[in-house]
Amino acid sequence: MKQLAKNKLLAFAVVLVAIQLILALGAPLFAPYDPMAQSVARRLRPPSWLNWFGTDQLGRDVLTRILYGYRTSLIACLIAVGIALFAGGALGLIAAYYRGWLDRIIMRVMDVLFAFPVMLLAIGIIAVLGPHTYSAAAAIAVVYTPIFARLLRGPALVLCESEYVAGAKAIGASDARIIFLHILPNLASVILVQTSLLLSAAILVEASLSFLGLGTQPPTPSLGLMLSEGRNFLMLSPWSAIFAGFAILFLSFGFNLLGDALRDTLDPRLRGQS
Amino acid sequence: MNRVLLARLIDLVIVLFGVSIIVFLMIRMIPGDAVAIMLGANTEITPERMAELNRRVGLDRPIVEQYLLWAGSALRGDFGTSLWTGRPVSTEILLHLWPTLELTFLALLVGAVLAVPVGCLMAQTRGGAADVAMRVSAIAGLTIPSFWLGIVLILLLSAWAPGFASLGYVPFSEDPVGNLQRMMLPAFALALPILANLSRLVRSAMLDALGQDYVRTARAKGLPERRVVYKHALRNALIPFLTSVGIMTGYLLGGAIVVEQVFAIPGLGRLILGAIAERNYPLIQATILVVTAGFVFVNFLVDFLYIVVDPRVRA
Repeated sequence: MKQLAKNKLLAFAVVLVAIQLILALGAPLFAPYDPMAQSVARRLRPPSWLNWFGTDQLGRDVLTRILYGYRTSLIACLIAVGIALFAGGALGLIAAYYRGWLDRIIMRVMDVLFAFPVMLLAIGIIAVLGPHTYSAAAAIAVVYTPIFARLLRGPALVLCESEYVAGAKAIGASDARIIFLHILPNLASVILVQTSLLLSAAILVEASLSFLGLGTQPPTPSLGLMLSEGRNFLMLSPWSAIFAGFAILFLSFGFNLLGDALRDTLDPRLRGQS
Repeated sequence: MNRVLLARLIDLVIVLFGVSIIVFLMIRMIPGDAVAIMLGANTEITPERMAELNRRVGLDRPIVEQYLLWAGSALRGDFGTSLWTGRPVSTEILLHLWPTLELTFLALLVGAVLAVPVGCLMAQTRGGAADVAMRVSAIAGLTIPSFWLGIVLILLLSAWAPGFASLGYVPFSEDPVGNLQRMMLPAFALALPILANLSRLVRSAMLDALGQDYVRTARAKGLPERRVVYKHALRNALIPFLTSVGIMTGYLLGGAIVVEQVFAIPGLGRLILGAIAERNYPLIQATILVVTAGFVFVNFLVDFLYIVVDPRVRA
């Protein structure tokens, strides 16, 4: 019974994420209007049949801009977390496999990067690169690299001590073969869970950076940017800020729930516990 | 105990050294000539002016010497003068530090204090529909963008209590009531994700502790259930909680920078965003260095407390 409830939660999370992915990637198909089309006569309108989520300060359709904003956020975060996973994962695996001084140097550098508060390091990187969607993505990638390195090094260390890795070494398998064929597949569940959880966090960081004017720049549709623009017209028409906030929440929530449910399903030790 | 502490101290020094190198190199990775950017659009850029500024900033020396000079004066609290206001950078930071620190502290207080009873409640009502509902709402709390929550709170308050001052900042020493009144909403908005995170942690630590032998012993002795939960289990459950509180401060400091913008609080967020807009690199550098060093120290203190609280680490 309990197992069923958990799988229901997982199914719900998968559906929630899938819907948002489809909406984001198919934004040009689903959006009722052009995201850039302005209409001075129809500014700051409340929700109606014509504009389900209302219009913003330039008369642009809020629903359309949210769909395109999903796209911007998701693509930026997928690239960022992907790079972090690749770089951090590689560093963590190398550190675990070769041990010794290489391990010590890599993990020290990771410790230093990890010592910065996330937003502050991201702001510093953007100060260097200049505000842009890709700067925000680069900042998130750098910030999350040490997290992946730390997360994968631990379980990889245990795997390196296992008998089948010793066996593979004994029959003369190359280092690359052992790492990619014997160690990496066993880390799949850790990677899946953490990527989903970190995507959820990355969406919030990207939205925060865009909200501060450090990420995506106008007029490109972005959820964080819509919030900060809508903030100036709150008392006149709060709709674009409110709906953009809900969009960020749903997107981040979906990935977090997915990661959480995946962890429960994939880790048999946690079954029946949390 | 001294050996553990010594090892942590060495870690602390190495991490601070690494942090200072990254912050130092940041300014040198800016594309284009940082000096030309610093001169700004208002002045004509001549080779003499460039050379003058190069000498003043120390960019004409070898890079190792530059780092040593910079780090040496940073250790003495001297981060140079702000390129725009002409005031010492340290003064600028001190002026903006208090609102951010107060906001961070209040949010941590709200989050951590509420997380203990909420987490215990979650642990005691485990299983069934209530469990799933609590888990889902904890994840929702974790993923609510705090800056958006702030905006929604301002909107709600302006509808229900139009006279309530929720924006801006007054120092606590001038008007304690007005200060706390204005800090209430931003602290709550900032605290919610922390509350969600920490209460989940307390819940799983409590479930862990409640299954231990010493809890069974306490129950077997016939102690009342409340005493078992709050005295025997909770005390042990709080140890992992402590480490998380340290890590949370980093999140809070970053989050405070964003939430400050929503509530028009003149803190470090305003300082660093202004500095980015004016390309005031020494100020950006110093702010990042000071806040990160503070965060590293907080985590060191937490580790130290951990050693004091948990006798097992001492061995």
